[in-house]
Amino acid sequence: MSETLPADGLLGLSWLLIALPLAGAAVLLLGGRRTDRWGHLLGTATVVAAFVLAVACTFQLAGLEERSAEVELFTFISTGELDVRAGLLYDPLSAVFVLLITGVGSLIHIYSIGYMAHDPARRRFFAYLNLFVAAMLLLVLGNSFVALYVGWEGVGLASYLLIAFWYTRPAAATAAKKAFIMNRVGDVGLALAIFVMFAQLGTTSYAGVFGAVGTLAGGTVTALGLLLLLGACGKSGQFPLQAWLPDAMEGPTPVSALIHAATMVTAGVYLIARCAPIYDETPTARAAVLAVGAVTLLIGAIAGCAYDDIKKVLAYSTVSQIGYMFLAVGLGPAGYVAGLAHLLAHGFFKAGLFLGAGSVMHAMNDSVDMRRFGGLWNKLPITFATFGLGYLALIGFPFLSGYFTKDAIIEAALDRGDVWGWVLGGVAVLGAGLTAFYMTRLMLMTFFGRARWEDGVHPHEAPSVMTAPMIVLAVGSVGAGFLLVSAFPLSGWLEPVFGEPEEAAHVVAPLTVGLVVTAVMALGVLAAWLFVGRREVPVTAPVRVSPVTRAARHALYADAVNESLFMRPGQWLTRALVFVDNRGVDGAVNGLAATLGGSSSRLGRAQTGFVRTYALGMLGGAVLVAGALLAVTAG
Amino acid sequence: MIEAPDLSLAALAPLLFIFGAACVGVLVEAFWPRDTRHPVQVSVALVGTVGALVCTLLLAGSREITAGGALAVDGAGLFLQATIAGLGALSLLLFAERSLDPARSAFVTSAAVPAGSPRDRELLTSTRVQTEVYPLASFAIGGMMLFTAANDLLIMFVALEVLSLPLYLISGMARRRRLLSQEAAVKYFLLGAFASAFFLYGLALVYGATGSVRFSDIRSASLADGTDILLVLGLALLVVGLLFKASVAPFHTWTPDVYQGAPTPVTAFMAACTKVAAFGAILRLLYVAFGTAEWTWRPLVYGVAIVSMIVGAVLGLTQTDLKRMLAYSSIAHAGFLLTGVIGLGAGGEGSGLAATMFYLLAYGLTTLGAFAVLTLIRVGDGEATHLSQWAGLASRSPLVAAVMALFLLALAGIPLTAGFTGKFAVFRAAIEEGAWPLALVALLASAVAAFFYLRVIVLMYFSSPAADGPTVGVPGLPTTIVLAITATATVALGIVPGSVLDVAEQAAIFVG
Repeated sequence: MSETLPADGLLGLSWLLIALPLAGAAVLLLGGRRTDRWGHLLGTATVVAAFVLAVACTFQLAGLEERSAEVELFTFISTGELDVRAGLLYDPLSAVFVLLITGVGSLIHIYSIGYMAHDPARRRFFAYLNLFVAAMLLLVLGNSFVALYVGWEGVGLASYLLIAFWYTRPAAATAAKKAFIMNRVGDVGLALAIFVMFAQLGTTSYAGVFGAVGTLAGGTVTALGLLLLLGACGKSGQFPLQAWLPDAMEGPTPVSALIHAATMVTAGVYLIARCAPIYDETPTARAAVLAVGAVTLLIGAIAGCAYDDIKKVLAYSTVSQIGYMFLAVGLGPAGYVAGLAHLLAHGFFKAGLFLGAGSVMHAMNDSVDMRRFGGLWNKLPITFATFGLGYLALIGFPFLSGYFTKDAIIEAALDRGDVWGWVLGGVAVLGAGLTAFYMTRLMLMTFFGRARWEDGVHPHEAPSVMTAPMIVLAVGSVGAGFLLVSAFPLSGWLEPVFGEPEEAAHVVAPLTVGLVVTAVMALGVLAAWLFVGRREVPVTAPVRVSPVTRAARHALYADAVNESLFMRPGQWLTRALVFVDNRGVDGAVNGLAATLGGSSSRLGRAQTGFVRTYALGMLGGAVLVAGALLAVTAG
Repeated sequence: MIEAPDLSLAALAPLLFIFGAACVGVLVEAFWPRDTRHPVQVSVALVGTVGALVCTLLLAGSREITAGGALAVDGAGLFLQATIAGLGALSLLLFAERSLDPARSAFVTSAAVPAGSPRDRELLTSTRVQTEVYPLASFAIGGMMLFTAANDLLIMFVALEVLSLPLYLISGMARRRRLLSQEAAVKYFLLGAFASAFFLYGLALVYGATGSVRFSDIRSASLADGTDILLVLGLALLVVGLLFKASVAPFHTWTPDVYQGAPTPVTAFMAACTKVAAFGAILRLLYVAFGTAEWTWRPLVYGVAIVSMIVGAVLGLTQTDLKRMLAYSSIAHAGFLLTGVIGLGAGGEGSGLAATMFYLLAYGLTTLGAFAVLTLIRVGDGEATHLSQWAGLASRSPLVAAVMALFLLALAGIPLTAGFTGKFAVFRAAIEEGAWPLALVALLASAVAAFFYLRVIVLMYFSSPAADGPTVGVPGLPTTIVLAITATATVALGIVPGSVLDVAEQAAIFVG
């Protein structure tokens, strides 16, 4: 970490970034129906204003020599040895996240004006969305782990509220509950990590923790790294806590785009990148990050091949792409920049894809079943064009975003030079092929082939308030990768955080990697065309399928594993505890009560009411007292 | 030629005030016309107690030994005197309550008339009020205040008698259930005399061993030879006398009978003020006179504390009469207070003194309030003190039930009440002095005792009221004031105890 300076100028106002959307949320939630008419406009305005401010702040930051600024806000907790100050840290890493959150957030707010136009609870939707933006900004701007934790829980709350936005649907309520509980598992890890930091170092600020992490015992650092990883896995839907993310698609589509694709689910990547000084000290935890990333990458890609629900396919794609990012940041200094570049590019194209999916659903009476789509390319031309660009960017079509950022990750993995480098690189290349397969399948089933629409569906293009953000995001999908990797290298911008990028000795020439990946991608596209594009798509999913397909359809039995490993043992444990409580504890308590009651009555018999008895008792007591004192003195 | 001892009148002002009021009360009793005597007596007694309270507050911070070395004026003494004067004033308000009993007073009109005689039946319906209780109570309060300030054993003995004799008398003056009340008074007197004899004998032995009754002389004598058999025996007998007053087991046997038989305002007075005075004397005796011989008596106090907590908590479980239940509660609390005495530490360095003083204040206020509620619940002409009569009280009178529940929770030591803060303070003090086994026993005893407090709450809130249940009296101004002050203080000392704890901390000093 470089020296940080007290912020002045616009950076001193960076608290406004959080305050603006928070104020928006407060006005919308407290204002009640009076704000129904203009509430969505206010909600959008606060986020756009925050974006403008973020751009200005970032320009000022770029001009600073140290490129890092801290804003002290107030003392949050000050009791004894625990002294937590609330403050913000505006450095290159938080700056890119702030720009992503406010930028994509603004576009999605604008899109939502059209998408939610006819929803009676539109005001509540914008209020929650503003609340999310505020919490997410606090998460990335806080200068201590406690501030991060507050934001972390805040986005968890907003995510829960928005998944269950249509809470009258049982599926939405269940999905929200599932997301909340699985996130809790991860949050326990993060909370424990913060406790360990405080117990061992007496501080929770980034500067304090990272400055002193070298003094900790190896085991403690590894424990910290693993606990933080658990937190990251929960929030980012990584193995083994990935099952909530696809279910979270029950929320409105803009929510899926903003929270469950572009921003919140990448908080885990942010956490691990931010904690680079910790992971630098612990190869074990770093290897665990790698393993999680590689496993999730494949699980997500395989499951994505089998679903017929357009949003679930995109959700598993998100799981898989975040797996790439974990893989990258798990590689250490060589991978941080690649991972973050992929994160930003993914923010663009995945948000664009989700908005496109929302537009398709808008056209198809809110249906999500791709088997009832088909032939939409000429009915929804703008959606098709923007979605297509996002698709090409995601599968890594040459010279679009994904091509640059994904290749960088694969190269970084291969550059490890050992056998694991080859394994991880192989997994990443295989993942690229699978990505091409499931995304091509999605494209073919949605936009091409025969129209398999349900009766009464008349597809129509979305209003311009929805298509405009899609176009902007599509442009971003196309250009982001080139901009971030070649034109304005992210590695230079992030240098104050991760240090100077070292020129690695390439094991495999970048050109070879590019060619191989492109070839594998082409294979995936071809396979999809062979399996899906050539034939007629049945309206109902075939039942007689291979075991592989069946496993993929059940997301590799993640829910079954969760149920058998956690839920059922949990239920058994509960039942056993109830049994022990009824028989053992209650029995002991009742027995104790009976014993005490019995001795009470027996002792009570000494209370005869006769003064002579009482006097005798006192005399006995006095003799005991005198005897005891004499014994103590003599002894 | 006899030299007059130096008397610092300013330092003695609290005592002069209350004893002066008591003497004026005697004169009023003799010369004031009977019709208007009651308000005058109440005013005189209140002026005495409140004046004494104000004097102690004005004296805050002064430290001296006066009256020829017989009296100590110090922070701890003044804090306890202020507590006694304040609680005494509240008790006098309970004495003065006239709207609850149909005969307009809790005290018998003429205590000398034999119970059950034709004259007694005649007087039963008379609304004539007996006013001798006010000067008597004033003398008792004065004695209590002197008790905590005594710096020599003779003064301490005199104070003990001054506080005890009026209490014996007013215990027997209940208007209802007179025989029970008189029996209680006789028992209290006989056993009290017995205990005084122990104290006096101990005094004689200590004098024999050291040649002085002055605390400072005893201190230097015990420093010279702490294992003198006469001195140790004397200490044992003195402690027995004081533990009796503090109703610590195994010297507690009088407590349930006297608490039950005495008029409820008197029970409240005894439970609150006598406890404070007795513990004040115990603390002063043990830490000023025998502070250098603490390793002789620490194991004893340790053991007595455990016995008292267990006896109080276990015997309280099977009580069906609320006054008896509160009596056993008082015995258990005496044990908890002794953990604070243990927490005083070597040379009084520990935080135990401040903790014990805070506990005494908190317990005094809470128990006074609880007894005040008891005076409200009436059946026929008397008070309904049987547990079964309290069933379903909450549906009949939610406010009274809520206030009673508050006091019971405080007695049980539930957080956010004064009782919790006090218990926390004394247990912490004990643990800091390494007496964690004692604190552990205290916690277990608290858990057991919580059962009988909570049982009353359950009864009030979750049982259906009996058809011929008790009536809830509408308290007059005096009882209302007492309930308001005690309930507010119970909550305040639980939520924001900081300032009072600080005052106790600053006052926690003995001179001598």
